[in-house]
Parts: sequence; structure tokens; C-alpha cells
Amino acid sequence: MKPVVLGAGLGFYGDSIAHVKRSAQNNRLDYLCSDHLGELTLSILQRDRRADPTSGYAKDMVALLLAAWPVTREAGTRFICNGGGLNPRGAAIALRQAMRARGFAARIAFVEGDDVLPHLDVLRRGGESLANTDTGANFSAVPQPFGFANAYLGARPLVQALQMGADIVVTGRVADASLFLAPLVHEFGWDWQDHDRLASGLAVGHLLECSGQVSGGNLSGDWWQLSDLSDIGYPIATVRSTGDAVIGKAPGSGGRVSVDSVRQQLLYEVHDPRAYLSPDVSLDMTSLRLRALGPDQVEVSGAIGGPPPGTLKVVAGYRAGYAVSGMLGYSWPDALRKAQAAADILRQTLAREEAGLEEVHISFPGFNALHGVLADPAQGRDLNECFMRVAVRTADKAQARRVAQHLPWMMVGGPPDVVYIPPSPPRELTAIWPMRIQRAPIESRISVEVLEP
Amino acid sequence: MSTSVQLHQIAFARSGDKGDKVNIGLFARDAAAYRAIRAQVTQEAVAVHFQDVAADRIQVYPVDNLHALNIVLSGRLPGGASCALGMDNMAKTAAAALLRMRIEVQGG
Repeated sequence: MKPVVLGAGLGFYGDSIAHVKRSAQNNRLDYLCSDHLGELTLSILQRDRRADPTSGYAKDMVALLLAAWPVTREAGTRFICNGGGLNPRGAAIALRQAMRARGFAARIAFVEGDDVLPHLDVLRRGGESLANTDTGANFSAVPQPFGFANAYLGARPLVQALQMGADIVVTGRVADASLFLAPLVHEFGWDWQDHDRLASGLAVGHLLECSGQVSGGNLSGDWWQLSDLSDIGYPIATVRSTGDAVIGKAPGSGGRVSVDSVRQQLLYEVHDPRAYLSPDVSLDMTSLRLRALGPDQVEVSGAIGGPPPGTLKVVAGYRAGYAVSGMLGYSWPDALRKAQAAADILRQTLAREEAGLEEVHISFPGFNALHGVLADPAQGRDLNECFMRVAVRTADKAQARRVAQHLPWMMVGGPPDVVYIPPSPPRELTAIWPMRIQRAPIESRISVEVLEP
Repeated sequence: MSTSVQLHQIAFARSGDKGDKVNIGLFARDAAAYRAIRAQVTQEAVAVHFQDVAADRIQVYPVDNLHALNIVLSGRLPGGASCALGMDNMAKTAAAALLRMRIEVQGG
């Protein structure tokens, strides 16, 4: 059986469409799978949906398809994107409209059923605890109504959409790696009990889902020796029917695919490597073998899988107040001391003027904003410049705005040699509430529809 | 004879967020480095290094085939990345913070 070539699309909402387009042009892709969603993204999209019920999807999905569709007609590339976000139907309709306007004819399928917000009461009455799987907290401790609650669906409905002849499959919250597993199951006819092959596909999906992070992006090591990252080659996987795969990228593109780049991405955002869970299969990463076949070619083989959990992961979010952050910068001499003095002045001002702040976080970019208590104090003594950053969480938006107004006067009334960086408008915070819920009541509501061009 | 080195000299690392957890993949540059790391980068030692994480909130998973450890810090981002006030709300620099840790290696 002919190998299947998968290409990585976007790795998150806001990733580079230009890089994906080049990869689609310079490789001959059977499928391009694009991950637009993270926990952070859903909280952004719920605010869009609240403002306009026809939105709530990742708008860059439409731009991606308009860019990549015309350059992939010779290869016949099909697309799988979870950019439907909280509104896969709306996303599919908007995409069809945009494609028609360009004269592109594509069969677009969309998958619904991941949105469990309307069904939580029923699920609860059916015996689901809805407890927080991170903290163990009871559902009764959720302080605000959920703004969204979405289950991570697996590859099955995507396979169904491909079997229905979709050129483009638009989904909501589907597990990132399942976007890549679906075309492999569809092409090779893997059985849902064939856990080792499914686990191979899951490993491939996991490696590609963060786009450039497996081909030289964020590389720990000799990152400065990588070839032209401005032209980083987004990764591809050439997968055999056995499940063994070669991770690579377009010849001549920038970045690097190496055993180091692959192993670093393998553990990215993983909990227990012996049981990397997906809705389709559980992967034991300790079984994988990585082998360099040549420049920018790494073979991944040996995957051992097990049955998937009997529950699906569900992530909900609720409003958790507002945040505002601002910065003042100070130059040598005594840059850190000035920044620390500004922080003391600010703390006193907030104590006097702003009762009831929920949280105040002060750090010193240029010194310790990233590593906190681990920052080397010796390096603070003679900095060229140092910033004071304050971030505050408030219950209401008006107070967040007010807090921001306690900074500008320090340009004339605080320590010397100062620059002021105006804060962005207050942003709404979302707290995440992860749960696990039995599969059957969720999966029975999944539907797949195809829109004709 | 043994020498003290920073993990930075003998390993690579990558970190990320998931819910309220931060994970750090720590990758030894060679087999000897992995033996030293596996023996010394323990739950307790990581707690001492980070100072502000309790040992019982730390899990260390060895991944021998990758010469790697996966280190999970629970409760590090209460409410998740979308709720955190710090600059690095997605914990991308936690990996480098771990690479500051010192351990003993043979030779020197």
C-alpha cells in the first residue's frame, strides 16, 4: 500500500499561514491537518461567540484554506481543521461562502457534538460528578456559570466525513493528534482495535500538531546553528500502512528535523509518557524508536498502544475577573533598584487607593520576570536597563481601568531615567475547569454533515 | 572524581502547559549524562531546585528510550494559562529554569 503524506497546518490560532502555504506548495501532501485550538483559544472564541452568535470559530482557518487550496489542486490535498472552534457549522458556512467567492469548489464537511454545555445538567443527573480533574474540586465549587464546555472528540467522526467524500473537514474541539490519525485510519482501513497502529498514528499526530516545533522551532540546544528559520519548513510525515513513519520537511526549507527536535516535541505537553491518552487509543511513548535516516529525516517506529479511556476529556471555562498589566522601564545606573522602588511606590498606592484587588503580581522584566526566584541575584547589580511590570486581577472592569491609571504619574513623580509603556485595555480572564465524562452520552450526539460546493 | 555541572551543559529541555500543570521534558545529551540525570533529578531534588513547588506536586517519569525525564509540576498555573498573571503564562521558559539546576557527573 502506498504511504500517506500528512502535512502540518497551523499549530495554534495565529500561526503563520505563509509557512503552511509554502509547505503545501513544496511537498506533495495527501492531507493537511491544522490545529487551531488550545485551552486559551476556546476562552478567546467564547468571547467572540458572546458578542456575535455567528462567530466563535478561528477566523484564520478561512484565510488558510483560501491560501492553500489553489496551490494543492494538482496534489489533490484534503484538509482537516479544528478551526470550527465553538461553531463548526458557522465556520463551514463562512468557509463555503469565501471559497465560492473565489470560484473554488470544495465539499466541506463539519462535525458537531463536542459542545456539551447545553447537556451538563442532564449529564449530572445521569451520575457524572463533573469534578475538576486537575484539583479534585467538586462541581459545586464552580463560582460562575460556564461560558463553554467542550469534549475532546476523537478521529471517528472525521473518518466518517472523509468516507462521505469531504475535501475539507471542519471540526470543533477534537483532540489535536486525532486530526492526523483520522486520514491514516481512512486510508489504511486500520481497525479500531488495532491499538499499536492507532498508537503510531497518534504519535505522528502529536509530533506534527505544533507545526514548527518539531522542525527546528523552540529547539533547546544549538538553535543558533539552524538554517534560515524565516523560511522554516513546516513538518510532514510519510506514513506506511504498518504505522511506521518518517518525519521530514521540504528540501531546501529552513530549520531542522533531527532526533533531538523529534524527542523534544514527543514529550511536549505530556503527562504520563507510558499512557498518552487520546479518545482513540492510549500510546506508550517508552516503546517508540527514533532513528535518523538522513538529513531532516527521522523514522518513528515501534509504537505500542492500548485501549482508550472510557471517558472523554471535557474542558469548560468560566469568567474569572479582569486583568490589566503595565510597565515602567529604568536605565542604568541602578536600574533594578529604581524598578524595585517603583514597585514599592505602586504597592503603597494600591494599598491606599484600591481595596479588594483579587491578585497583584509584580515582576522585573530584564531581571526575573521569567525565572522568578531562580533568577541569579548577582546579575541584578549592574543591569543596563530593567522594567517593572505589574499585573492585577480585579473582579470588575472599571477597577482594572483605574489600576492602570496609577502608573503614568510616575514618569514625573517616581524614580529617574524612566520610560512608560502604556497598558493594553483590561482583558477578561477565563479559568479552566477540566473534567472527564463517560463517552456514550456525548458520542451519541455527534453528527457529521456535508455541504455541497 | 565527580564534578558539579549545570543541567544546561549536559541536557536539553522543553516545557509547556496543560490545565494547571506545567510539564518539562528533560533530554540528556548522551547515555552517561542520562545515568547521572536519572539518579539525581528526583522529585525531591526538583522541589529543592524550584524552591516554590512542594515535592508532592511533582512527578518525574523516566523515558529511557529517549534518554529523557518528563517532569510534571501540578498546580503551577491555577485556573490554567488563560487565568495566569505572570508574563510566561504558558510556561515556555520553565524548561530553561530547570536547566539552571546543578548535579554531579563523573570525571572533570
